[in-house]
Amino acid sequence: MTIYSAGFTGRPERGAGKSGVPPGQYVTREFPVLSAGPTPLIPLDTWRLEVTGDDGTARSWTWEEFRELDAEEVTVNLHCVTRWSKLGTAWTGVPVETLLADMEVDGVFVLASSYGGYTTNLPLVDLLDGKAWVVFEYEGRTIDPEHGGPARLLVPHLYLWKSAKWLRGLRLQARDEAGFWERLGYHNYGDPWREQRHWDD
Amino acid sequence: MGRLTWQRATVVGVLDETATARTLTLEVDTWSAHRPGQHVDVRLTAPDGYTAVRPYSIATPANGSRIDLTVGLTENGEVSGYLVGGTKIGTVLEVRGPLGGWFVWDRDDPAPVQLVGGGVGVAPLMAMLRAHDWVAERGPMGLLYSSRSPGTLLYATEFAGRMRCQDPTSAVTVLYTRTAPDGEPRLPGRLTTSDIGTYGLPPLSGTRCYVCGSTGFVEAAIELLIEAGFAADNIRAERFGP
Repeated sequence: MTIYSAGFTGRPERGAGKSGVPPGQYVTREFPVLSAGPTPLIPLDTWRLEVTGDDGTARSWTWEEFRELDAEEVTVNLHCVTRWSKLGTAWTGVPVETLLADMEVDGVFVLASSYGGYTTNLPLVDLLDGKAWVVFEYEGRTIDPEHGGPARLLVPHLYLWKSAKWLRGLRLQARDEAGFWERLGYHNYGDPWREQRHWDD
Repeated sequence: MGRLTWQRATVVGVLDETATARTLTLEVDTWSAHRPGQHVDVRLTAPDGYTAVRPYSIATPANGSRIDLTVGLTENGEVSGYLVGGTKIGTVLEVRGPLGGWFVWDRDDPAPVQLVGGGVGVAPLMAMLRAHDWVAERGPMGLLYSSRSPGTLLYATEFAGRMRCQDPTSAVTVLYTRTAPDGEPRLPGRLTTSDIGTYGLPPLSGTRCYVCGSTGFVEAAIELLIEAGFAADNIRAERFGP
């Protein structure tokens, strides 16, 4: 039985059915912010990005080293679990597979960790083949701290909480390990097209 | 019946808090007790089957199958416009929840709590403050509530009572940003570090902070709390919309 709310019609340009917009999302031109605590401010001279293999080997980049890597410009749609979608956002960043190029890759899961303590988990395949980047520019400018600067993960095919802000490290591991929101009730995978918002979705 | 099943919710109370904010009391068909700070998804369905869903904080502690949502009107708000302007007693909506396991206060937690709310962001903090009222052995809880003017003050009657009580374990201070009522000693203005020092709890190492409001408000408030000496690790935040 459908429950209708009397008098509700929705706004004229309502989001559903627009291409590029997953079910249950609405389109915004703003750039809302979702994070759980304080926004960390990370000086570039102490910034490091570290990738750790499941054998414990690690590789790290200073900001200068990271910026010397080949970067790509990508234009993608963002989908936040709090139901806004922002279409056609332009980012510049390094493909994650570039960062993993020299690693011994055994593990099939990745735990991304951030300055400030945030973590999120993803299958490794979701970070490869042009599906994920570590971005450092948004719309041609450095990324504001509240949006994850100096550098954040960008995994646009999953809900945005998977695109860890203030990225500090990626750890390859054999076993999946739930991240911050994933332990607190959010879906382990987070596919917006299947509305995988919460544990039981 | 999981918390992710959509439940029918009937409006049983409507209170216009201000010209642009309304508190709806909902009677939910099947509801499990929520924790102070949690939210629900609200779903509206139009006659042609179109649906729109938005999250709203619960402003009341667990109370059987009743929950209060305080909704602020947002610009071109598809759902907020209906909830603030188009609902009446008997209107039927759908909700699911309770949702969110992070921005919650545990009533068994004796640590002092500093709440900081901006505008309609005070709603989930009210659930915490009201739950705290019922705890016998309680630590201090303080609320700093930033509101533009007396005309935008939510829960005005309740706050008047709370401020008259001067309960040292439950201190509420309204900080006006643009227009203050007559006789208000503090000049209107945005929240400052000195406001936190004057009206907030002392920044003890174990004090928990909950901050809710617009993104700009939350970013600024967290910075001030840290400046005032509160530990960043103990600050939890919920940010609203754009």
